[in-house]
Amino acid sequence: MTYADKYEMVCGVETHVEMATKTKIFCGCSTEFGGEQNTHVCPVCLGLPGVLPVLNREVVNLAIKAGLALNCEIADFSKFDRKNYYYPDLPKNYQTSQYDLPICKNGWLEISVDESKKRIGITRAHMEEDAGKLVHSGETITTSHSSGVDYNRTGVPLLEIVSEPDMRSIEEVLAYLEELVQIMEYAGISDCKMEQGSVRFDVNVSLRLKGRSKFGTRTETKNLNSFNSVRRCLEYELERQADILDEGGTIAQETRTWDEGKGMTLSLRSKEEAHDYRYFPEPDLVPLVIDRDWVEGIRAAMPELPSAKRLRLQSLGLSEYDAKVITSSKTMADYFDKALEKYHDAKTLANWVMGDLSGLLKANSCSFEDSPVTPVQLAGLLSLIQKGEISGKIGKTVIEEIYKTGKDSEIIVKEKGLIQISDEGALEKIMEEIISANPKSVADYQAGKENAIGFLVGQMMKATKGQANPGLVNKMLKERLSQ
Amino acid sequence: MKISRSEVEHAALLARLQLTEEEMNQYTEQLNSILEHAAMLDQIDTGNVSPTAHAVQLYNVLRDDVAQPSLDQEKVLQNAPAAEQGFFRVPRIV
Repeated sequence: MTYADKYEMVCGVETHVEMATKTKIFCGCSTEFGGEQNTHVCPVCLGLPGVLPVLNREVVNLAIKAGLALNCEIADFSKFDRKNYYYPDLPKNYQTSQYDLPICKNGWLEISVDESKKRIGITRAHMEEDAGKLVHSGETITTSHSSGVDYNRTGVPLLEIVSEPDMRSIEEVLAYLEELVQIMEYAGISDCKMEQGSVRFDVNVSLRLKGRSKFGTRTETKNLNSFNSVRRCLEYELERQADILDEGGTIAQETRTWDEGKGMTLSLRSKEEAHDYRYFPEPDLVPLVIDRDWVEGIRAAMPELPSAKRLRLQSLGLSEYDAKVITSSKTMADYFDKALEKYHDAKTLANWVMGDLSGLLKANSCSFEDSPVTPVQLAGLLSLIQKGEISGKIGKTVIEEIYKTGKDSEIIVKEKGLIQISDEGALEKIMEEIISANPKSVADYQAGKENAIGFLVGQMMKATKGQANPGLVNKMLKERLSQ
Repeated sequence: MKISRSEVEHAALLARLQLTEEEMNQYTEQLNSILEHAAMLDQIDTGNVSPTAHAVQLYNVLRDDVAQPSLDQEKVLQNAPAAEQGFFRVPRIV
């Protein structure tokens, strides 16, 4: 028995997205990932006495853009607040964040699970600064005798996106996260490099008996950094809560942490110990007044978002599934669009991008961005097939050659003599040989087994090393055998 | 009384202040007289006044997203009570 037989889950997610700026939110230090520890810091992000933060305009632009992409209202008036707590990853002992006047609120995004669509509400999205990174000397935070602190990440701009508690299954949660991350990537809000911690999730979840309207007591598990961790964490946490409820117990409202190695959530602090953040307006930063021109200027420059792209691809003849696969990665979608400019059969192009090309790239651990087969080269190859100069089968050999050599398909076809044989005279002799070598298939076909011709076509293709025009071979065989 | 002794204790805990009995009494008394003085403001009708977000009437002070030099690591760690291999070293956290 699982929790789902008896209970319904209620889940909301807070997502932290690192915004793709060159510099930090309040100072000119670089946001580049992977610098030597404590080399991207200055008096402002170190919180030295007497310094003053100045807000990065690009952070506001990106936050407005994210809000628009998530169908939010953009505030006319917004301000920053101090969130006070003591933890060594924050050199100032407070995080500059937004409390009661966030820049974006009341939005939504649409997810699709098992072919049914659902809107997930976005409560708010606000700007804040990231904290530093702690390196613990012991195996875990609780067994360390001391910790090292690197403040390079301190002050990197974050957008915190808070969803409504609208999700009712793990599938819905994952669909929401995938759609959200895709929107952030397409809109250029963040590079969304999950492996670098550019996106982190806090998951709030509770159970209630099916049919009840009142929410149960929730727990919050913080700092999950991959879709897979979210899935595993929810699977664990829901069973844990169900076990407690089944035994007549009550869920403690608390903050928990996910232990990736052990595959379980652990209590971090209870509600009683919960932080009292004592928010107050940040006196070092003046408020923002955002006029409609500013917002409309950003709206006008909004790139095509994943949902619109999927619809466009479907209108070009792709199935919903194919459109979803192509848009699942922005680099794949960008590649597809570039090739589509030169080759207009979207369905065939999609098959090659998702099939042969994806296979080649995967086998070589290469991304679409760095593909040795350029979009123009792939379009050129598909045009040759379309014109009948080479067969689709030969095309598979040619794409591998392009991948290896970087040469255009015309050159490869010429050099290797791969041009399709569409000359009946040249094929006739081979056909006669195949017919006399395969009397059984010939007899089968003539006895009415139409499928038998497929074998004979295959033999012809094999004899010509794939160069024969398969359509022509089919036609010639049919004519010859019906004589 | 505007603020109880237990609230003062809580505030001291949040501020990581270890106070003696005597200090606790003294601060409770002092904080109360400050809060009572500030309570004068409650007499003003602010029904039609929007909350003040900042004392200075200034908006949209922004900078361009252009990198400036950071400090050398050596300088960064110069005032650190303890440092190791480029990190600030802090005592066990939890």
